[in-house]
Amino acid sequence: MGASQTRLEHNYDDLTEKSGFSHEQIKNLYQRFQQLSGNNEKISRDDLERIPALNNNPIRKQIITAFFDKRNQHQNDVGSLDEIGFEQFLMVMSHFRPVNSKATEEEKATVRKQKLRFLFNMHDTDNDGIITLDEYRTVVEELLSQSGAIETEVARAIADAAMLEVASTNVPHMAPDDFYEGITFEHFEQILKGIEMESRMYIRFLDMNAATMRCGKLSS
Amino acid sequence: MPSRTVSHGSSGRLRGLFLVMVLVFLEGSVFTLAVASSDQHSPTTAHSDGHKATDHGSHNNTGKAFPVLDLNYENVRVPFEISLWVLLASLMKLGFHLVPHLSNIVPESCLLIVVGLLVGGIIRGTGEKVPPVLNSQLFFYILLPPIILDAGYFLPIRPFMENLGTILIFAVVGTLWNAFFVGGLLYGVCQIGTESSSILSRIGLLQCLLFGSIISAVDPVAVLAVFEEIHINELLHILVFGESLLNDAVTVVLYHLFEEFSGIGSVTLLNGFLGVISFFVVALGGVLVGVIYGILAAFTSRFTSHTRVIEPLFVFLYSYMAYLTAEIFHLSGIMALIACGAVMRPYVEANISHKSHTTIKYFLKMWSSVSETLIFIFLGVATVAGPHDWNWTFVTVTVILCLIARVIGVVGLTFIINKFRIVKLTTKDQFIIAYGGLRGAIAFSLGFLLEKKHFPEREIFLTAIITVIFFTVFVQGMTIKPLVELLAVKKKQEAKRSINEEIHTQFLDHLLTGIEDICGHYGHHHWKDKLNRFNKKYVKKCLIAGERSKEPQLIAFYHKMEMKQAIQLVESGGGIKLPSAMPSTVSMQNIQPRPPTKPAAERAIPQLSKTKEEEIRKILRTNLQRTRQRLRSYNRHTLVADPYEDGLSDLLLKKQKMFQIEKKLKEMNTYLTVPAPPPDSPTMCRARLASDPQAYSIKPASNKVPMIQVDLASPQSPDSVNLLDEFGQANQQEEEEQGLMMKPPSRPREGSSGRATAGVAISKQSSHSPLTSDRNQYQI
Repeated sequence: MGASQTRLEHNYDDLTEKSGFSHEQIKNLYQRFQQLSGNNEKISRDDLERIPALNNNPIRKQIITAFFDKRNQHQNDVGSLDEIGFEQFLMVMSHFRPVNSKATEEEKATVRKQKLRFLFNMHDTDNDGIITLDEYRTVVEELLSQSGAIETEVARAIADAAMLEVASTNVPHMAPDDFYEGITFEHFEQILKGIEMESRMYIRFLDMNAATMRCGKLSS
Repeated sequence: MPSRTVSHGSSGRLRGLFLVMVLVFLEGSVFTLAVASSDQHSPTTAHSDGHKATDHGSHNNTGKAFPVLDLNYENVRVPFEISLWVLLASLMKLGFHLVPHLSNIVPESCLLIVVGLLVGGIIRGTGEKVPPVLNSQLFFYILLPPIILDAGYFLPIRPFMENLGTILIFAVVGTLWNAFFVGGLLYGVCQIGTESSSILSRIGLLQCLLFGSIISAVDPVAVLAVFEEIHINELLHILVFGESLLNDAVTVVLYHLFEEFSGIGSVTLLNGFLGVISFFVVALGGVLVGVIYGILAAFTSRFTSHTRVIEPLFVFLYSYMAYLTAEIFHLSGIMALIACGAVMRPYVEANISHKSHTTIKYFLKMWSSVSETLIFIFLGVATVAGPHDWNWTFVTVTVILCLIARVIGVVGLTFIINKFRIVKLTTKDQFIIAYGGLRGAIAFSLGFLLEKKHFPEREIFLTAIITVIFFTVFVQGMTIKPLVELLAVKKKQEAKRSINEEIHTQFLDHLLTGIEDICGHYGHHHWKDKLNRFNKKYVKKCLIAGERSKEPQLIAFYHKMEMKQAIQLVESGGGIKLPSAMPSTVSMQNIQPRPPTKPAAERAIPQLSKTKEEEIRKILRTNLQRTRQRLRSYNRHTLVADPYEDGLSDLLLKKQKMFQIEKKLKEMNTYLTVPAPPPDSPTMCRARLASDPQAYSIKPASNKVPMIQVDLASPQSPDSVNLLDEFGQANQQEEEEQGLMMKPPSRPREGSSGRATAGVAISKQSSHSPLTSDRNQYQI
């Protein structure tokens, strides 16, 4: 434990630079990481799936997959990992940092793009750069999956209506034989410009400390 | 051209005529009121006169001739006066919008106060005493509740909750600061600045503090009236408006505290401490009362499915009772009303019919609008009525101190608040918040409530209060609009909530909750999620009737949107001309996966998108189907169920049955090849259908067969079933006459026609998914 601690301290500056968290926050997150992984070096999917609080979440599969998705590592890589180390954990978490209020408009735009990209990757499961109708349908079905007996008809209808709306706002004049491939990242940005992502998509990491952390029944 | 000028001229003349009529009416009504008020002040003589008159009339002792036409104003006086005032207020509102540029420059509240001044002036000018119209009872129990209920019922919960901390700090700390600053400094000025014999030096500290607490509260009526017209962004609106609502608790406590003890002259520490406790009791008690009544209302609405007519009444009654109950215990009535409206709304809306929802909305808007108008007019009249005691020092110092206190308060508090906010408040925001702190009629009524014998300086206070109100409403109210433009403050986004935003907002909520769980951090997403789940599991089951209790929010939103779209279509005449909400030619076909083969018949470019077309047809069908039912007399007791909402659960059931039948038929044969279609152009066929829905025949579907191929090519499409229908075309005509029946498929041939009927039934019944029916269109 001692050796890994000192090793970690050397890396703090490195990690701060890459992820933007402060030393305090990194320490807290590391503690959580240890809890989740059972003091191992890496977390696997099972570790995350064991978190009891996630059971009620309708999109838990997508969330867990996002952690193991290489695209979220800011490294232009594709594919998925089986296990992630602390650094990768941190990189995924950095998407949820609140934007610095003193940032310039340009920086805010970059942060916003980053967050939207994260969301986009969660929907675009086959990584072809567009969200097709089927992928969108899956999203809606997952969202409604926790609510009891849903007719898939309604879920489909909703997804279709939403897709139609995206198509109409972005490509308003299509000939009847044209085919709208799917939602590209630009269209995605366009339809979500009403929601201020940079101020909505954040977790208050500031007052997180070990006392408020619960890890549930993770004893391995 | 000539015709246009003629019509212009005639509309101009009509306007002029209307204005003249309004003025004449105004004069007449004022005169009647003057006469009436003079009657008021000789009640005994009038009474006895009246008695004598009625005596004469009823007993006719003197043998007079039978009076053909008789005048008896006394009996009708009170309701007549009330109606006259309300009518005056409403005509004024109409009148303002007829005068061309007035409403752009001057906010309505200012104009109404001016009208009130004029009316008061006219009454006084005719030598009569102005009636004391703005007495506190009338104000607090009749005029104020509708406005607050309107605000509370339609309160946007999400931004309110997100900014609750900020709002509370402004409301509580800000008001306290204002009250003590103004009261304290005013006392200082009164003591130091004037000679010891002047009336001002006799005003005690507690009286000054009382005055400070009355004048410091931001008024929701004035804020609503002014902010309604400037359309600033949601955040600022909810901050100022929320503050004006929640500071009622502070005002109530401070007012009662200082009023109680101003006789004694000092407040002990114990009483001060009790005051603080009282604040919590007042605020939380008010909210609790509101929540209880809200739950009762929601519960009651669960059982109203058979008496739809009185549904709105429950909403109004329970809310009013909540207000009155809170007032009994000296709790904060405003907070009770807000809590009641906000709590009952989601459940009541799920239970009541669409018509009741519209009724509630319009009644609330109507009442609150009339109330607001009356309040401002009465303010004007009360100003003329007096009694006034103008004291230059007091009034000017008050106005200046109010402004300074507000600015310092807002800036100081924002500095502290910004440490805890993610979306910081900029200087521009702070300026608008400070500038939007308008005082209004609540301050005046509270001042009016003071008794003269305890408060000899009551008149000074009233004058000062009125001056501050006038200053804020006129100066700040008039200039805030150009200032907003000048400072380029963000305005309200007009965009309607789209289904995409809804989907992604929900997705984001779940995502953030999940991330919080992974972090092990019990943040506010976690608690919000817990509350939602508790709500879904227990509360909704109790308070929402039937199937709707299980409906997830996304689906409810979607249905609401569809309904809105459908109603929009009907209102626009259901014709070819559609409101261009979505001026695009994109239709379902563009997003369904591309077919491998091109359709043989070249489709003409449609004039409308397919979805809209289907909607029109559907609606026309349903309306025509229901004609027989509509012609029945509109007896209150047998109000016909609205086809659009009341059969929701039946619709869902039917849809399910539909789906099952479709599945069954799928297992039967599916032909892949079909004979080539006769060249009947789709546009022609559609035109025929659009114009004559009764001729909604199924037979021209054969030319749609290529479309069927399209659907078949796409995997797992339920439309693949539809192919079967084209063979059972012959006996379609008589099927569709029967309308909404579903026949069980007995033979394959019968089955397909039964299926087609079911298909027809789908397209008629399912006003809930234009897209499903769009698919069905292919089969027909």
